Amino acid sequence: MSKGVLVDITKCVGCGSCTVACKMWNSLGYKKDIPNQGTDAALNEENWTTITYKKVTVNGEPAWRFVKEQCLHCQDPACASVCMSKAIVKTSEGPVVYDPTLCVGCRYCMIACPFEIPKYEWNKVLPSVTKCQMCANKIIKGEQPACVSVCPTQALTFGERNDLLKLAENTIAADSKYVKHIYGQEEAGGTEWLYISDVPFEELGLKTNISKIPLPHYTHEYLKNTPTVFIGGSILFAALSFYTKRRSEVEKHKKS
Amino acid sequence: MNTKNWSFKITPVRIFLFALVGMAALLGVYRLFTGLGGSTNLNDQWPWGLWIVLDLTVVALAGAGYSLTLLSHVLHIKKFKSVARRALLISLMGYIFVLLTLILEIGRWDNFWRPIVSWGYHSPMFEVYMCILAYMAMMLLEFTEILTEKIGKRWAKLVHAILPVVFIFAALLPFGHQASLGAIYLIFPDKLHPIWFTPMLPWLFLISSFFVGLAVVVFETLFSSKLRNQEVDMEALKGLAKVSACIMIGYLVLKIGDLISKGAFSHVFSGTVEGNMFLLEMIIGVVLPIIIAFSPMITKKSGLALFSGCAIIGVVLNRFNVIIVGMYDALGPGYVPSWIEWGISIGLMAVVILMYTFIVENFAIFSPVEKFDEEKGYVGVGRKHGVSY
Repeated sequence: MSKGVLVDITKCVGCGSCTVACKMWNSLGYKKDIPNQGTDAALNEENWTTITYKKVTVNGEPAWRFVKEQCLHCQDPACASVCMSKAIVKTSEGPVVYDPTLCVGCRYCMIACPFEIPKYEWNKVLPSVTKCQMCANKIIKGEQPACVSVCPTQALTFGERNDLLKLAENTIAADSKYVKHIYGQEEAGGTEWLYISDVPFEELGLKTNISKIPLPHYTHEYLKNTPTVFIGGSILFAALSFYTKRRSEVEKHKKS
Repeated sequence: MNTKNWSFKITPVRIFLFALVGMAALLGVYRLFTGLGGSTNLNDQWPWGLWIVLDLTVVALAGAGYSLTLLSHVLHIKKFKSVARRALLISLMGYIFVLLTLILEIGRWDNFWRPIVSWGYHSPMFEVYMCILAYMAMMLLEFTEILTEKIGKRWAKLVHAILPVVFIFAALLPFGHQASLGAIYLIFPDKLHPIWFTPMLPWLFLISSFFVGLAVVVFETLFSSKLRNQEVDMEALKGLAKVSACIMIGYLVLKIGDLISKGAFSHVFSGTVEGNMFLLEMIIGVVLPIIIAFSPMITKKSGLALFSGCAIIGVVLNRFNVIIVGMYDALGPGYVPSWIEWGISIGLMAVVILMYTFIVENFAIFSPVEKFDEEKGYVGVGRKHGVSY
């Protein structure tokens, strides 16, 4: 079964420890103009996870909410399906991981991702795609991802996705302040990372107009025909070629 | 006549083209040593830009090759044989342009060969990659028929022995990548505007590449014949325009039917940028050419020129609409091509134009003296190998 993380927005205090732990574990640098936490936080090749401060209204009172963003690790990821050299693959443990040695650099994954997560090392001579790997190398050893392990408020819970879904359902049911929706349960066909919140998800800046059908379904509906069309087409064209040639030869023969 | 006689006239236009090639070479080296960030305006929001628009458009226009191979070498329609070689050459030049652009476009050009050994068969891009590679080989084999008329003549017999098989795959393989280029956009159901997003997109890309390929042959024949004061095989061109227009009718019906069945037809006359751009694309690229093709205008060179010009502009607009206009709402403003992107593209066009002029000067591409005669079949030279004119 696949692993995931449950993010409880109501418990996050915006300390940003998770973003720092991510940078330390993955040896990432900092960019002054693109912060990893704050109101202007944004993902880029150095920021695999960010905490965005959002000013919202709760019960008529202004309030801050802190939104962690990173790869959601889809169950049926578009980025992996569109990769023509298998540089991005879905592992059985849950993480969607990237191998730069196989990457051609076509950047199809970047546009295909419904959450706009993969970023690019635009200023490198031989660049890589960058995104959260869910610390796959830690998970395989039975450890938690770096970000989860440092969270001081239990806003992040690591575990089996099925268990996390149950936990999320129970949490929502037990407390009326929660929005009755688990973000990631069905988005893009389901993601390993799940979010629960007391503020509507669109107000938190999460993309909500996302297909519930896994995106690879759309391309598969076309690609599954390829072998048939190729074999059928070869036979058809060969037959047509033979027939039309023969016909013109017969015509020529009749005339002479 | 000495068949080893090579010629390449140096004219002011060609000197200018060489200058453009030189500029592109320098910019290309700059691009390879500074990365994409330093040379292009591509960014995380718009990872695909001018080069992808040009690649998808040129591949569609280079539909000239497979459509004529199908009509003339697989279906053996005799009247189209006189233009089959120029169609092959247009296609070959188009794909060379695309491959040169792609080598600079991909981030890891040193890894360009990876898909050959690491099959991402679940990606439409993989099908595009494999089909274009295989089709490139088929085109080069098709071209050896022309080559062996002048050099390596002893191979001519072998080439002619394998050509029938080559023709079948040269006609078939582009069906794979022309359709798959449309299938690339199937992964964007939430991003691509509903006017263009449809499960039919691969087939619309395929059909439009076929009819525009024929139009490109018409256009190029008129243009090059005018430059070289050659006679034009009007029957062949009229025939191509008619076939092309019939396919356009099918395209029009399919597109409108699809819009209605998806309930997206209301977007067409909504007055939005997308709606207007779609109308422009369809009126210039499909409706006008159909009207011209079935009017008396088509018997004149001017009518043929207008027909083919409109069809070409229409498909250019269509690809631009899918890649840029249709995605603009989802991706937002944030990309204008850099002058380096333009410079490299213009220079690479100059590369293939120069290659084209060299080939037409030294190989039997046009068959001006060869015409199909009801009584005698093909007459004239230029078709038999070993003969140049």
